Amino acid sequence: MAVKEYIRERFFPHMWCPGCGHGIVLNGLVRAVEELAINKNELVIVSGIGCSSRISGYVDFHSLHTVHGRALAFATGVKLSKPKLNVIVPMGDGDALSIGGNHFIHAARRNINITALVMNNRTYGMTGGQYSPMSGVGVKATTAPYSTIDNAFDCVELARAAGASFVARTTVYHVNQLSELIKKAIVHDGFSVVEIFSQCPTYFGRKNKQGGAVDMLKIFKEKTVLIGSDKKKDNPALMERGIFVEKELPEYCKAYDEVIARARKA
Amino acid sequence: MATTCFVQGNEACSLAAMYAGLDFFAGYPITPSTEIAETLSARLPEAGKKFIQMEDEIASMCAIIGASLTGSKVMTATSGPGFSLMQESLGYAVMAEIPCVIANVQRGGPSTGNPTHVSQGDVNQARWGTHGDHSIVTLTASNHQDVFNMTVEAFNIAETYRTPVILLFDEIVGHMREKLVIPEPGEIELVERLRTSVREGVNYHPYLPREDGRLPMSDFGGVHRYNVTGLYHDMWGFPTDKGELVDGLIHHLVKKIDYAADAIAHHVPYYLDDARTMLISYGSSARSALSVVEQLRRRGERIGLLELQTLWPFPVQLVRDYARDKEYVGVVEMNMGQLINSVKLAVDNPRRVYLINRVDGRLITDKDIKQTLRVIAGQGV
Amino acid sequence: MDSQKIVFTGSGGQGLITAAILLGEAAVLHEGLEAVQSQSYGAAARGGSTRSDVIISNRRINIPKAFQPGVLICLTQEAYNTYSSIIRPGGLLITDKRYVKVARKVDARQVELNLYQTVLERVGTPVVFNISVLGALIGMRPMVRKESVLQVLAERFPPSFAKSNTEALELGFELGCVCQDEI
Repeated sequence: MAVKEYIRERFFPHMWCPGCGHGIVLNGLVRAVEELAINKNELVIVSGIGCSSRISGYVDFHSLHTVHGRALAFATGVKLSKPKLNVIVPMGDGDALSIGGNHFIHAARRNINITALVMNNRTYGMTGGQYSPMSGVGVKATTAPYSTIDNAFDCVELARAAGASFVARTTVYHVNQLSELIKKAIVHDGFSVVEIFSQCPTYFGRKNKQGGAVDMLKIFKEKTVLIGSDKKKDNPALMERGIFVEKELPEYCKAYDEVIARARKA
Repeated sequence: MATTCFVQGNEACSLAAMYAGLDFFAGYPITPSTEIAETLSARLPEAGKKFIQMEDEIASMCAIIGASLTGSKVMTATSGPGFSLMQESLGYAVMAEIPCVIANVQRGGPSTGNPTHVSQGDVNQARWGTHGDHSIVTLTASNHQDVFNMTVEAFNIAETYRTPVILLFDEIVGHMREKLVIPEPGEIELVERLRTSVREGVNYHPYLPREDGRLPMSDFGGVHRYNVTGLYHDMWGFPTDKGELVDGLIHHLVKKIDYAADAIAHHVPYYLDDARTMLISYGSSARSALSVVEQLRRRGERIGLLELQTLWPFPVQLVRDYARDKEYVGVVEMNMGQLINSVKLAVDNPRRVYLINRVDGRLITDKDIKQTLRVIAGQGV
Repeated sequence: MDSQKIVFTGSGGQGLITAAILLGEAAVLHEGLEAVQSQSYGAAARGGSTRSDVIISNRRINIPKAFQPGVLICLTQEAYNTYSSIIRPGGLLITDKRYVKVARKVDARQVELNLYQTVLERVGTPVVFNISVLGALIGMRPMVRKESVLQVLAERFPPSFAKSNTEALELGFELGCVCQDEI
């Protein structure tokens, strides 16, 4: 099937700003799904609120565009109710880790077979560039004219500690790794998280003097390395890309089948 | 043969949900509703169906919406604080027209209030708890047989009109035990979701109402892939801000329930044929009101009770008709006056509508009601 | 039959709510009567104060709370002090000597049982004390038949409890009948 057949052309052009990184995530997602040849009727995409969440409208899957921060809770209902469906949940950093932080850690704790894509642009783009839980210290935002003092989460460590059985990170500059990691995350039987650095030139880039989209992509290239690279030893500030966690743990819906078996025996 | 049991109201609600074909429950522990979750955590897996305890009430409400879209009959249960947390996604279910049932076993409020004491303080929250213009269905009951019947009816209404339905019980009804006769399968008619007959490959418009206002659904996982959103949307379910589409959507959402008001105006009239005075009540208050009516009838007073089981949409016509020839109407409720406002709007003479209430967390008694009736009649306490 | 209103009071963990439920269930399931049971409780499931009301009638029961009960059972001193005044004048007030020292003048027929001690001696476990109280109650006031309660016990509890439950109920019932005869 051609990539185009996974897109709802009726609803284009998309609503993202020129230079936004989210379109690259859409591309990576569609390529991953196409290469896995997943039946579209068995694919559900569930999103919350924010620029990232609009991705769900553009793909020709069953799409559920929900309320801010709660996409994983809706997705849990979809998945547990009909476990044969593949459920993918794209979220922004504020959506996933601020308002939705509790649902994020609990979905990870359950290890329910859902693929969470955290599109991290370190800002609330939809509302005009306020600081997010991923902005980190010393960042300018429309709600931080004097720079932020809030520490950022480490999404990978948070997901790992909460019990996610697949955790990876990449950027929209690394398009091949992006679709490869999304593929692996979808195939993985358990809760999987892929953190994807994505640029917001309109707000984050402008406020923090990072230049345009191309400059920001260059930052992703220069400030990240593959896990295990020697470069990290010389420059500990580099962010690692790749798979951090990949392990087999009991999956929630399968474990629930055992509850049914126990209930019927009793 | 129908089974007789001696159960709590919360158990009656759970058993009714199973009878109605509940497939999926998500919830979070909160007094005084927890027995619903406890009962269903045992019953649902036995039937091969799904129970999940979520991380909070917000997540519970979201999870049942997700499950409903896959074709499941769904429910959650909570009490005041949890009901407050559910409001945003309850509005989502209104907007996206998701069939679901939310039981709120009321306790004292505002805030933490008193978990183990009775109140009927969430009547207006049930109506207007979520933001924005909308209509909603809210049912209640005063005894376990009616808890059962109204719970089954809640599922039927949710599936018929594609709407969230709130079951507004209270601590007394939820916790007390009394007789319940579980009907045989088939004894109460069950409504199954209207599913689209549009074939694969043919355009399916998920949000294009039929002439009768109903929207045939297609399950997630089926052959029609469509968008569901809480934004204003067009017939495809895709976000829109076109004025005429938004106008049509809001009118549709409000009117599909309002048009149904008479058809779903569940109520029980007691001794109203020749009554000069009418009490209006609901939930556990109605038990005390009925006790008063029966006591005063034995003394020859022509008094009756209109017990309402459908609170929202408010049965305006019904109340107006019953109130027409009455000297006055007493509204018995355990709050500072919530449903009484709708009664006043419905009747010809709102000045003859009086509130008979109690708000200290104790059941309003026959004594309380009789005392207020004496005051209304100018006979002192 | 006129409505019978019974209030069980004591502390959480004594099994009073269970006894109240068993009574209501026996009436509804095996006697064709109406019954309503309700309870009020604090946050502590064990050790806190509890009250459970049962009303049994052959007609519809509107108000589920037993104001002025005809029978009041108090199984802690605190419960006795708090609740003895709610009893209907001339009603039956049941206490157990282990827990309650009857001190007040109450307008009721006060029956002081020595059930706890007897159960401990003859059945060997205090766990079934509540069942024996229920036995004593129906011995004194035959609102439901003993057989109905036995049937409910058999339905509700696993077979391993059957012997001690039955013994406790019979024991209480006998004591209750004796008290009744002493009127």
